[in-house]
Amino acid sequence: MSVIGAPITRVDGKLKVTGEAKYSAEFQVPNVAQAVMVRSTIPNGKIVSMDTARAQRVAGVIAILTPSNAPKLPQGGKAGIHPPAGRNLSLLQDDEVHYNGQPIALVVAESLHAALYAKSLIAVRYQPAPPKLDFMAEMDASHPGHHGKDPADEGRGDVEAGLAQAEVKVDEIYATPIQTHNPMEPHATIAKWDGDHLTLYDATQYVSGVKSSMAKTLGIPDDNIRVICPFVGGGFGCKGSMWSHVVLAAMAAKQINRPVKIALERPQMFGPVGARPQTYQHIVLGATRDGKLTSVRHDVHCHTSVMEDFLEPSAVQTRMLYACPNLTTSHRLVPLNLGVPTFQRAPGEATGTFALESAMDELAYKLNMDPLQLRLVNYAEEDPQSKKPFTGKHLRECYSRGAEKFGWSKRNHEPRSMQENGQLIGWGMATATYPGNRMAASALVRFLPNGRVLVASGTQDLGTGTYTIMSQVAADTLGISTDLIDVKLGDTTLPKAPVSGGSMSAASVTPAVKVAATQARLKILTMAAGDSQSPVHGATPEELDFKDGKVFRKASPDKSVSFTEILARQGNKPVEATGDAQPEQDAERFSAHSFGAVFAEVSVDPQLGTVRVRRVVGVYDVGKLLNKKTGASQFIGGIVWGISLALFEEAHVDPHTGRIANANLSEYHVPVNADIPDIDVSVIDIPDMNFNPLGARGIGEIGITGAGGAVANAVYHATGKRIREAPITADKLLA
Amino acid sequence: MNPFEYQRVDQSQKAVNAIVRSKQAKFLAGGTNLIDLMKLEVERPAHLVDINHLPLSNIEQLPNGGLRLGALARNSDTADHPLVRKNYPLLSQAILAGASPQLRNMATNGGNLLQRTRCYYFMDIGFPQCNKRAPGSGCGAIEGFNRIHAILGASDQCIATHPSDMCVALTALEAQVRVLGPRGERMIAMKDFHRLPGNTPQMDTNLNPDELILSIDLPSSPYAAHSHYLKMRDRASYAFALVSVAAALDLDGDNIRGARLALGGVAHKPWRSEEAEAALVGKPVGPEAFAAAAEQAVQGAKTYKHNAFKVVMAKRSIVRALTVAGGRA
Ligand SMILES: Cc1cc2nc3c(=O)[nH]c(=O)nc-3n(C[C@H](O)[C@H](O)[C@H](O)COP(=O)(O)OP(=O)(O)OC[C@H]3O[C@@H](n4cnc5c(N)ncnc54)[C@H](O)[C@@H]3O)c2cc1C
Ligand code: SF4
Repeated sequence: MSVIGAPITRVDGKLKVTGEAKYSAEFQVPNVAQAVMVRSTIPNGKIVSMDTARAQRVAGVIAILTPSNAPKLPQGGKAGIHPPAGRNLSLLQDDEVHYNGQPIALVVAESLHAALYAKSLIAVRYQPAPPKLDFMAEMDASHPGHHGKDPADEGRGDVEAGLAQAEVKVDEIYATPIQTHNPMEPHATIAKWDGDHLTLYDATQYVSGVKSSMAKTLGIPDDNIRVICPFVGGGFGCKGSMWSHVVLAAMAAKQINRPVKIALERPQMFGPVGARPQTYQHIVLGATRDGKLTSVRHDVHCHTSVMEDFLEPSAVQTRMLYACPNLTTSHRLVPLNLGVPTFQRAPGEATGTFALESAMDELAYKLNMDPLQLRLVNYAEEDPQSKKPFTGKHLRECYSRGAEKFGWSKRNHEPRSMQENGQLIGWGMATATYPGNRMAASALVRFLPNGRVLVASGTQDLGTGTYTIMSQVAADTLGISTDLIDVKLGDTTLPKAPVSGGSMSAASVTPAVKVAATQARLKILTMAAGDSQSPVHGATPEELDFKDGKVFRKASPDKSVSFTEILARQGNKPVEATGDAQPEQDAERFSAHSFGAVFAEVSVDPQLGTVRVRRVVGVYDVGKLLNKKTGASQFIGGIVWGISLALFEEAHVDPHTGRIANANLSEYHVPVNADIPDIDVSVIDIPDMNFNPLGARGIGEIGITGAGGAVANAVYHATGKRIREAPITADKLLA
Repeated sequence: MNPFEYQRVDQSQKAVNAIVRSKQAKFLAGGTNLIDLMKLEVERPAHLVDINHLPLSNIEQLPNGGLRLGALARNSDTADHPLVRKNYPLLSQAILAGASPQLRNMATNGGNLLQRTRCYYFMDIGFPQCNKRAPGSGCGAIEGFNRIHAILGASDQCIATHPSDMCVALTALEAQVRVLGPRGERMIAMKDFHRLPGNTPQMDTNLNPDELILSIDLPSSPYAAHSHYLKMRDRASYAFALVSVAAALDLDGDNIRGARLALGGVAHKPWRSEEAEAALVGKPVGPEAFAAAAEQAVQGAKTYKHNAFKVVMAKRSIVRALTVAGGRA
């Protein structure tokens, strides 16, 4: 069996469970000072004064950076702004306050407790201005927003004409709240200057992004900066951009001429480092009696910060998910005095499929049609918006295999019809989808004289398994065991790789590893053939093969030479090759998307409104799955997020102060183990060779898509109540 | 966090002496609430008196057939104690419905009684208004986000709830709190232990700041056979109660001879409803009596923008808890 796809246990697992894996805040940097951010307590206005006298006198305080004394940065700190990833930061360059919880000062001290105590003694006076906090009231003042290359508004055909043909209509509003990422590891940065060279140990999904954003922000050359991040304790998008604390750490370290560490406290994860914006989605579906969609409208309003436009593109998947000749989609931004929102696991698709798949379920009920049948009736054979063929699409197989595993045929379509021990049972399903993204990436493969092989790339492993699949792809290309391979990543001194976001690390980096490994292998073959003492002397590379670290003639496999022998005779110097890979030349000919089908069973207490998810089945078409074990964990994790979106998560903004009321893990509810049932995930596993040489699309985000909708639809099936506003909490079912 | 002095004591009297000496002193038990609040700068004691080494961890039978729960017995040990499980299963269930195993292993019985509200505006000093934290500053919750707030017994000064599960069961079981102060020992009935907010929301209880809780004494109870603790929360575990119900019935065949009903998550104190209890006594077990009791229990409820659901939730939870307690589920 090929090592690619094999369910290999994550290679960094042992380091993690033994505590040897070092996370950013854990690097031991001599003489490091501790910094804590002071945050605003008003949502809008100006800082009139900041009295730091008492704080300065606390033993151990080294410096307090405020808007009045902080070092001035080029362009008022805005030189690094490069949407959507280069954010508008709060770098103490002016006295403006744009949201409650904004960083407004930095206390640097010998110890964390001295810094915290000093922080509590700082008195800030503000001149407040009226804040914009009411999403519904501000909706009229919205403006168009776009997401990367996706336009704000896009459509086809004539939706009004389509609606006129419709025999059945759904016209509803769906809403999702602000959701904060809350990875286990809060953001952390250690900044250390050596002369004019800066080293950052930073919890990030994008080492080279932090490097270039920092260089621009500080006005120093890229080459003066090194960013290191071997392990990330979860990112989910919030670590995809460089946020204020990273720059503040670098500024403070420069100012005091000592390394500085900042580790965010949990409440600081609510505001200054992004969140998924609130969405308000208007969907209109028109269909004929036999279920064919004649018209689709999906208009999205989502909040952004007054500081910067960021869009949750919830209607983008609607453009391609179902075949329908007439469609219109739009995205509008509602600026509020809140922190800048950002990418969160499947930005757009997570919230968009919650709405669209709920609406499809509503349509199925109006048609009295099985919800799965409705999806099949509107199956898109090609991308209905771009009219391009898909690189590969096996969604039909996902539906049928998922339905089979779940036992969908035994479902009674009637709401409230399935009961067990006094509980209402509901079965719901939804379609999952996420684009196949890929960017240019580089990697290095190096044969070492000690018999080991180093595989390296400046990518990141968010806990997703990047170390493991890099090792697998190299092992497969080189014909050696993964045990002989060491992987290095998370360092800007390594060959450049893209952000670990958009589910594209695996899809981008593993092709580069494959190229590098192929080239390094060729170098070894050539060296072996040129080595007069080797049994393969004089052969052409085509005549040779390489397996288990040995070179031999295909014709006589028993006469071989190991690469260590070859290296030894050449002065024991390592041999390496770098490989670059970019999206295929003809990528533009295709539309690249992953798909899946999600089925959920819930039980609902008819009197109390308590919802429990009892089981979930997900079947995905993601091309070739590179590792069945770490891959399954990605899908399962995504589905857990989908359950969370449907039932639990919501950041509550205080209507008067704009502060997040539940900014802690006790009151911001994510599911606990007891909320999560057995989750059965599987893949179709047909390689998508139109997409990349490994046939593998990314898998990190698709799991959350569809899952929320499937749960919401199951709740409807159980109760006959359609809750269109996530999360579906008991109070809404009791209302 | 403020700098503070730390002192460890090994005798109850010394603990009281230590607390009398300093105005800003606090006892430190499991620390699961106090240390959190110190980190949040809601509590700023200048002096911590660590009482973990006091000999108050025992759980022992009382001569009158009741049970004495030491103030420093951990919540886990209390919930798992054979006599608690046998004679006061309601208490066991209530404790186990709270927090997480790790927290219950640290949390003490005394500390549980004195845990403070989880009101968002109280717990975050970045909010300008909270009469409980800063008397006279106003109440941030009344006009703010008040989904978790009180529907019974609140005042226009404060609408916070008491977050404990254990205390709801203790109230239904008519426990007594035994305390030691500078003037000696006294007993406080559970129903008088916690206060309603009125004009002094900064005072959660009727315990004086210089008094040490020694134990919680449970009278012998006829309710062991028919009781149930039901907790409604936003996830399956590890969340505070939106509404909780401690229901206990003393049955004579199908007839209700005695009843105890207390609610959590609805008021500034565990809310015992003697009216609801009276509505049950003498009635046959069944949905009619339970529904009537539920109506009684929420009499006078006042709701705010985000918590109106609690009235329905409380009523339905009462009916369910009584149904299970009565063995009819
Ligand atoms: C995340 C989280 C979730 C939780 N969930 C729940 C829940 O669902 N249900 C629930 O009921 N509880 C819950 N709790 C609260 C938990 O039960 C309490 O924190 C705990 O019971 C407090 O006990 P302690 O011994 O740690 O008290 P400490 O924190 O040590 O003390 C609390 C207060 O009591 C005082 N004190 C302690 N002992 C004495 C004494 N003997 N005499 C006088 N004063 C004393 C202290 O001075 C302090 O003011 C949760 C807590 C957390 C952090
Ligand atoms: S409800 Fe009570 S605790 Fe909450 S803000 Fe108002 S006064 Fe403070």
